[in-house]
Order: sequence, then C-alpha cells, then structure tokens
Amino acid sequence: MYTVLYTLLLLLVTGALAALLLAWAAKKFRVEEDPRIDEVESLLPGANCGGCGQAGCRQFAAACCSAGSLEGMQCPTGGADVMKRIGAVLGMEAADVQPKIAVVRCAGTCSARPKNNQFDGLRNCAVASSLYAGETGCAFGCLGFGDCAAACSFGGITINPHTGLPEVNPDLCTACGSCAKACPKHLIELRPRGPKDHRLYVACTNREKGAEARKACTAACIGCGKCVKECAFEAITLQDNLAYIDPDKCRLCRKCEAACPTGAIHAVNFPPKKTEQA
Amino acid sequence: MKTFRRGGIHPADNKLSAGQRIETLPPPAVAVIPLSQHIGAPAQPVVAVGDYVRVGQLIGEPGGPMSAAVHSSVSGKVTAIGEIKDAFGIKQTAITITTEGDDWMPEIDRSGQIKPGCKYSPEEIRQKIADAGIVGLGGACFPTAVKLNPPASCHIDTLLINGVECEPYLTPNYRLMIEHSEEIMVGITLLMRCLKVERALVGIEANKPEAIERFEHIAARRDGIEIVPLKMKYPQGGEKQLIQALTGREVKSGQLPASAGVVVINVATTFAVYEAVQMNKPLIESYLSVSGLNLLKTGNFKVRIGTSMADVMERVSGIPEDTGKIIAGGPMMGRSMIHVNAPVTKRITGITLLSRQDALRLEPQPCIRCTSCMQACPMGLESYLLARKAELKDWEFLEKHHIMDCMECGCCSYVCPSHRPLLDCIRLGKATVGNLIRSRAKK
Repeated sequence: MYTVLYTLLLLLVTGALAALLLAWAAKKFRVEEDPRIDEVESLLPGANCGGCGQAGCRQFAAACCSAGSLEGMQCPTGGADVMKRIGAVLGMEAADVQPKIAVVRCAGTCSARPKNNQFDGLRNCAVASSLYAGETGCAFGCLGFGDCAAACSFGGITINPHTGLPEVNPDLCTACGSCAKACPKHLIELRPRGPKDHRLYVACTNREKGAEARKACTAACIGCGKCVKECAFEAITLQDNLAYIDPDKCRLCRKCEAACPTGAIHAVNFPPKKTEQA
Repeated sequence: MKTFRRGGIHPADNKLSAGQRIETLPPPAVAVIPLSQHIGAPAQPVVAVGDYVRVGQLIGEPGGPMSAAVHSSVSGKVTAIGEIKDAFGIKQTAITITTEGDDWMPEIDRSGQIKPGCKYSPEEIRQKIADAGIVGLGGACFPTAVKLNPPASCHIDTLLINGVECEPYLTPNYRLMIEHSEEIMVGITLLMRCLKVERALVGIEANKPEAIERFEHIAARRDGIEIVPLKMKYPQGGEKQLIQALTGREVKSGQLPASAGVVVINVATTFAVYEAVQMNKPLIESYLSVSGLNLLKTGNFKVRIGTSMADVMERVSGIPEDTGKIIAGGPMMGRSMIHVNAPVTKRITGITLLSRQDALRLEPQPCIRCTSCMQACPMGLESYLLARKAELKDWEFLEKHHIMDCMECGCCSYVCPSHRPLLDCIRLGKATVGNLIRSRAKK
C-alpha cells in the first residue's frame, strides 16, 4: 500500500519541480518577437522565391515590421494587393508599385539566327557561356539551354522547342527576378506590365555595329536610330548600337514599332490593327 | 622510372607529327595581334593607327604588375586597333598590322649562332624576360618574369624544366628539344642564374627518346643539370604533378609551387628566355603542331604571332571533310574553336583535328558511384560529388571541398563509364566559387 503511495508522491513532486523549472526557463529564455511578424507572414504567399531581396517570406515579414515605412518593400509575387494588406496590419502606407513582368530581350529564333556550330557539352547556359560565344553568330543572344526555366519556381518561363527561345507565361510570372539572375547573357529584364498589359520593348541586346548584328540575326536591333527620331516623348535612347525604350516615358504610341526595319521592337497584347479596306 | 603518385590516365598519345621538322612559315600579309595573350590585365597599346612598326617593336606595354608586353611580329603599318572575335567568338582588343617587307629591329641577333656565355646579373635577366613579353608557353600563359620573382618567404632550391608534353597529339616541345637542345640548355643555365639555384631537373616523358638522349649528352658537360626520364602518364605536365614526380614534394592546397621550393618552367619558355636574353628577341613567334588522325599531312610550324590559323591549316592539306572538331591545343585541355580565322597567339601550342566519330560525346547516363573519377583525379578530389554539388549550386560545399584545386585536366570526364559531363559542371562551380572568393577579398 505504502509503495503505491510513495510512488505517486515521488511522481507528483518530480512533476511539480519540472513544471517550476520549465516555467522559470520559459520566462528567463523568452525570445521577444514582434507578434506582427507572424501576422504579416500569414499574409505572404509563402513561396520563399527571394524576389523581395530577403532570404524568404519570414525574413521579409520581419524586415517589414522593423522598417519605419514600407517604402522600397515589395513582394513581387503577392503584388500590390498583399502589400496593401500588410500596410493595413502595420498601420503604414504601402508604396504604390507598378506590377512587373519578366521580358526576354532576344528574338533570335532558329530561323532568324541560324546555328553555325553545335555545343555538345552540358546543356546549361552558364557552362556554355563560360566557354564561348554560343551556337550562333550572335554573342549576345539567348543560348536556349533553359537556365531561366530551371530557376523559375512558378513554372512561369519555359523554352519553346520551335523557336528555341524562352517564353514568359504572364499568368504565372511574378517578376521575382530569379530568371534574370540566372541568365548569363543578362537578356531578361523586369518591366512594368503596362496598362491593360500593353507593352513595347526592344527584343535584342546585340551591341555590335548594324551590319555585324544583321549578319548574325535578321531580328537584331541594328542601331539605325529610326525609332529614336520617331519617338515624340524622348523615351528611346541609343547606346552602343542598341536602342532601349524607357518604360516610364513610353506612351505606347507604337510609332517606333512601325519604323523599325528589322522588327526588333516588340508590341505585346495590343489589339490587332485595323486594316484599311481598299 | 619516376612519375606522380595519385591518379592519372593513359590516353593514346598519338604523337603523329613527332618526326616532322619544324617548318618556318613566312610572315602573314596581315597580322592581328591580340593585346591579351596572358593571364592578368591586358597590355595597353603604345602605337597608333598609321604608325610604321618593325619586327620585334613593342606595341603593347604591360597593363599592370600581372601582365605581359606585346610586340609586333611583322613590319608594316598599323591599320586598326579595335575589337576582333577570337576563335571562341569572344571579343578581344587587337592591333592589326599590314605587312610591308620584313624589317627587324636592329638589336635583334638573327645570326643563329649559339651564345653560351652570359654576363648579366639575375635582375638584368629578369628585366630582359619581362621586356620580351615572355609568358608560360605550356598553356597557362602566366607571365614568366612574375614567376621568376617568387615571394621572399619562399626559398627556392631547384629549378624544374617541364619537357613532359603529356597532352596527346602535340609535339612542338619535342621538336624544340631535338632541334634546339643546345639553346634550351643555355636557357636553363640563364634561369638557374636568375633564380640563384645550383640544381635543375629536366623532366621528359619516356615517349621522347631522342630528346632524352640529346639532353643527357649535353647535360653530361654541365654541372647541376640532371635529366629525369619519366613514366608516361597524363597529366604529368601539370605543375603540381611534375613537382611531385621529380622531387617527391607536394604543394599544399591553395599555395604556390614556390612554397615547395621550386619553380617550374616549360622547355618552350626556356627557349624563348634564351632568345630574349642572348639574342634580344622578344616573343613574336609561336611553335605549334597541326595534327589529327585523318589528316593526310601533319606538321610542326614556327609561326609569327598574329598569323591567321586558316593560313597554318593551308600548310597541311586543308580541313578534311569529316572533321567534327578543330581544337586549339590538344584534345584533353584544349578548347574547340568555332572558326579558324582567328590569329595564332602565345597561348596556341597546337591545332588538333578530330573526326566526327572521335569528337562525338555519348549520351550521359546516371552515375553508378563507381569512383573511377576519384581514382583518376590527380588532385585527389571527389569529382562526382563536386559535379553534382555544382549542379545543385552548393557553392559553400564546393569551396570547402577544394574545388579551386581542380586544374581542369579532364581525367574525370575521360574515365567516366556513364559519360557524365563531370568537368563541365566542375568548371562552372570553379568559376563561380572563384568569383565569390575574389568578391569577398575585395570587401
């Protein structure tokens, strides 16, 4: 009888001591953390894509909570919507940022840019570009081995087997910038999606002189400067034989697109032009 | 016979052009001379378009402490200074000279008489080597004058001469050792004088019997120079492998060969040193072999730097129809070219043509963990693991596992029974880790 009693007593005392120890440890070693971090994290997409510049979503949430304002804080995956909600939680004004999308600045399809050699090493852009200029005459263009597609965590960019070029799926792209970082040729630019998803950009990064660029690829920007003259808003600059359209100044009038002799200026998602009936 | 201890492979040596005498090619009609033919900063041009230059005149001065001078290999007018595309399609700054006659700088001794005596001090020899723009002609193109000035903390006791030429197909070093053995011996004494060492070991692989015989004959008359025939094994010509084979010493990971008390100089570099010091002749010529199993005629050539490789190819019955790859260098460490209209540089030691069949890379299969690559790696690295981790972008792991010790000899890819592109991945990892280390050092 006593055996049972002592056993119970011993267990009780041990339990009480352990509880006291735990209670003390919980107070002593308590990590003070902003409770809002959990709240903000729950609003974030949880993709840990790194597009915000932080290591992951929790780090971004912590950065938001410790920052004085949401200026420069942007979750590209969640977009303006998520940022507004975070702003509401933290009582701060979310900066109004235009939604962006990845744009591939190369139009050198298999037909526009014929191959003059064959790379038989590891099919990887970083490996190929560390060894030589590439399979075509253009040393600036897309290598087509798909480092960008492999880097995307959303499946938003894939290599089109017919053109050999990467294509961005506007529904899946979150403009996190992983593909832009992975591209050894720096072809991918994050540009504003534009009103109604209308965009104009120069789909080329070839800085060679016109004749050289044209020889390598029929879709190359040859640096003729016609677009620069045509643009009424000074949105286009020409540097090193390559035109660049500033998305902030561009009014999407499409005059440059019409003037471009090689079709290097691409217009996306515009309604088809009305053809005049003769 | 001696050799290095760890790893190594035995590819067919295919020294097809070993019996061909070195043929001197005439100066080209137009010479295109790149300003970056060495490791380090590119040279800075010191001539302008329209200037008349003579053979051996300085046209590019070193662009920093780690750089090398560039000289004109022809006489004529400078017609352009600008960007050209090299054999790999990458842009380089080069000086283009249109040849007029063959007008040499007066101080260059062209008599061909061998001058064995030397009155210069070690510093004067080093200065002459720097002025001549000499770089390591074994392939790495490290400025020789920098190598001959080892850090004060290292005590150099032995000079090692690299006459291994373990790369298949290539034979220019072998031919130089046969045809210019006396000059190379003088070059060795000059280098010994420059480094203030009493002992020099010349390592020559056993597949060069004529060179070994000649060198032993001459070395018998000289003190301190010893000829060491080596057992054939690739990559014995690697600096660290040669040091181990000849002296038994090991260079620690991440350290210079000088830390093991040795300096390694290639035989072709030694010949260039002889010409620079005794004949005042800068490095304006390249010795190269053109070889390939389906070439009707192979050969060894002395070519002015800046000559188009296409001109050299014409000397050997042109390019056969079923050529799959044209490689600058040999098949193990060379790089395939995308066109042959690029100029010959100090770096080029041979042009190797492989047939389509030989150039074919087989479809990679899954790794079967056989560890052949680890057994073949002369640096003792875990090649399969490094390759996989490079694919997974685990740069920290790669750095910790000594990826920077890899010398890209290609033994791992050569032995892999699954034909995995091990070296491709490792090279990518090495380049990225190298960049990370450099950017950290800057901070």
